[in-house]
Amino acid sequence: MKKTTTDDTTTRESAAPGDRPAVKGLGAVGWLRWFWRTLTAMRTALVLLFLLALASVPGSLFPQRGVEPGAVTRYFQSNPGTAEWLDRLWMFDVFQAPWFAAIYLLLFVSLIGCILPRTRVYLRELRREPPAAPRHLNRLPHHAAFEGTAPTDRLVAALRRRRFRVVTGPGWIGAEKGYLREAGNLLFHTALVGILLALGIGALYGYRGNVLIVEGNGFANTVAAYDRYIPGSQVSAESLEPFSFQLDDFKVDYQIAGDRPGQVLDYTARLSVHDSPAAAERDYTLKVNHPLDVNGTLTYLIDHGYAPTFTVTDGAGQVAFEGPVACLPQNSRTFASECTIKVPDAKPDQLGLAIRFLPTATEMQDGSWDSTFPAAINPVVQVTAFAGDLGLRSGVPQSVYLFDQERLKKMKRLVMMSEPVELGKSLDLPGGHGKITFTGVKEWAALQIAHDPGRLPALVAAVAAVLGVLLSLMIRRRRLWVRVRDDGTGQVIEVGGLTRTESGDGGFADEFADIVKALKESTAPEEPERSTEPAGRKGAPG
Amino acid sequence: MPAEVDTGLATLSDQLLLVTVLLYVFAMIGYALHLGFGRRSVQQAAVVREHALVGAGTSVPEAAPVVEPAPADDDTAGPRWPARAGFIALVLTWLGWAANAGCLVTRGLAVGRWPWANMYEFVVAICLATVTAYLVMRHKFPQLRFLGAFVAVAAALSLGFAVRYLHVQAGPVQPSLNSYWVAIHVSAAIIATGLFTVGGVTGIIYLFRKDGRPSRLPTRADLDRITNRVVVLAFPLWTFAVIAGALWADKAWGRYWGWDPKEIWAFITWIAYAAYLHARATGGWRGRAAMVVQLVAFGCLLFNLVGVNMFLGGLHSYADIPGSP
Repeated sequence: MKKTTTDDTTTRESAAPGDRPAVKGLGAVGWLRWFWRTLTAMRTALVLLFLLALASVPGSLFPQRGVEPGAVTRYFQSNPGTAEWLDRLWMFDVFQAPWFAAIYLLLFVSLIGCILPRTRVYLRELRREPPAAPRHLNRLPHHAAFEGTAPTDRLVAALRRRRFRVVTGPGWIGAEKGYLREAGNLLFHTALVGILLALGIGALYGYRGNVLIVEGNGFANTVAAYDRYIPGSQVSAESLEPFSFQLDDFKVDYQIAGDRPGQVLDYTARLSVHDSPAAAERDYTLKVNHPLDVNGTLTYLIDHGYAPTFTVTDGAGQVAFEGPVACLPQNSRTFASECTIKVPDAKPDQLGLAIRFLPTATEMQDGSWDSTFPAAINPVVQVTAFAGDLGLRSGVPQSVYLFDQERLKKMKRLVMMSEPVELGKSLDLPGGHGKITFTGVKEWAALQIAHDPGRLPALVAAVAAVLGVLLSLMIRRRRLWVRVRDDGTGQVIEVGGLTRTESGDGGFADEFADIVKALKESTAPEEPERSTEPAGRKGAPG
Repeated sequence: MPAEVDTGLATLSDQLLLVTVLLYVFAMIGYALHLGFGRRSVQQAAVVREHALVGAGTSVPEAAPVVEPAPADDDTAGPRWPARAGFIALVLTWLGWAANAGCLVTRGLAVGRWPWANMYEFVVAICLATVTAYLVMRHKFPQLRFLGAFVAVAAALSLGFAVRYLHVQAGPVQPSLNSYWVAIHVSAAIIATGLFTVGGVTGIIYLFRKDGRPSRLPTRADLDRITNRVVVLAFPLWTFAVIAGALWADKAWGRYWGWDPKEIWAFITWIAYAAYLHARATGGWRGRAAMVVQLVAFGCLLFNLVGVNMFLGGLHSYADIPGSP
């Protein structure tokens, strides 16, 4: 390992496959050595960095299952052929793909293969004294000479005051500082490994899930209660934090006046929380950016919508359905929403009701109805009704929000997009199929519940990374030598310096001039006015 | 809740923006005149600087003595007016800077929140950061003054683009943006982007600059050094911005990293700039190749800034671009 390279390149350069042995007769160990050297070379790391960046691009071009599963489904519906091929290449799970993992694992192995030897070199350097002065200081990038007499210890003290590490020899002084640069560099790269580990911990031991809750309903943190539950492979169902809450009230504040009516100003969800089955109830106001934290399991407010309530009375006069129905917004500006009610218990026929909910209903010029504001100012519903077998007993799971179009074709259509039904009003279903009553408007909130034990390690590693990158980019490693020479007429003090950091020379010139000045002052005979000038006037970093 | 908008201040902000654009355009003309008709500094006594890294085993295989124009003074022959145009341009830049800052401050006061919560405000803030970075760097490196024309044209074009395509009336933003994280995450991203933009300008000039030919532009060695300096400043800031973004995402979306398009491109940008810093320290990559990497990284940054909001959407699509769904 060369010892006199610029510090940015020390081990990587020397590990470059430049002095590769002849391919013939390498043997297994030789090949391993060659592989390791190639992998840990800076050039390879650079290529892997590029590959990692390139490999991330499709993750932003195609919808990702982990981010928007709905968009992936839509992609499959619109172009099934391409989607199938893309799926084989993991284009919808780029960041879980084996080829993506291959790149970052190779990169991190390469990184560790760089960190370890560099740490060893660094620890050795820490114990080593600054090198002896070269013979000709005037050949260094920074050089100065002045006449003066000074005992060596005065010069040494001046350098030590500037936190240089100093060593002396016959007629010369060697000094070095800026060791924190490499420490920062190592800290930064180690922190990156830490972030990867934290991500891994989160993926193995964390879980997250989504649940949609209508006002007045509750949630208990069990696997069965989730609409969608994504556990890490090491998460057991029993380990879920046993808290529960009820959504008492959900409120959205809208901008009414101004040139942006309908702009959301605030969301407020009021919860009654039990931290554990035995704990006392507490109130919590859940807002965006303010998740509910129960022992590290966090509940976030991520979406909302309307859940109008209905009573469906069948042809026999019995109440066949009663309660809220969560509607999915079709338009985020007007919150015109759609939902379905499936009433398998209705007599004489099962009923399927497609509901269009308009929070602020307004008649359009063409006579149709639409919503013009997201708040429920003038809520109405429009009903489309079908009678016949819903096919719920077939055992095939059905969407709560949608009808199976094939199934609808076999059913008898009773009403097609009825006139708006106002709050408290009913719509009679023709043919003695009963009636539907629009009884009220509730809201629903979609919550995400997440537990990630890797959060804190990730934060620690991230802070270390920032600290490390600051140290490694802002600090210059610099060396300085002083030679005291007697040229017959008097003593000449020569100073030479260099930075071991590429392109660090520019800023070092000022510091060097400053140091030379301080050295000059320490040699000057005691004068009364000198005491006003402190030596370490311009503090250097590190 | 900052629902009330002070329309007077909002209008003042819009007017100040137009003033800013005009000032930057005039500054650009002044810089261009100085650049086009000023004296060629190569005639000056050149300062010879040794670039050999003593004690460096793998020293940079550069042409060892680099001839550099003497900094700061180039007024010995030829007409004086181009230099005066350059000075006026500098004054105009400072005035434009003040108007730019005033535009942001009035907008912030008008809406009672941090004035960089949508695409329009974000671009205006980045222009301010870029011009600030230029003015500060110019103070430190006098050879940079001839970059004024390029920085001014970039700022004027970006602001023009913002006014024409991105402008939205001052108003409240969606609740997730009502957070002190805007001040931390977005401010860091803005400052880093401003610095990176200066690096982008010096990088492009580096590629077009031919050494050995008389020119008023800084030498390639200077451009290389300044670019590196800017990236070295901006990279930790960008790192911090990404991490602050992760902290905010943890508060707002229930995960600190979720491969949202904006996150992906911030990550790609970060990798690309890291690659530049590494390339600069790797044999065979120094100089032109590293500079190309830097410009690719800058391209990723620009795509993340504009392209992701316009083409890819995702959770960061708060950008509120007029005409987009």
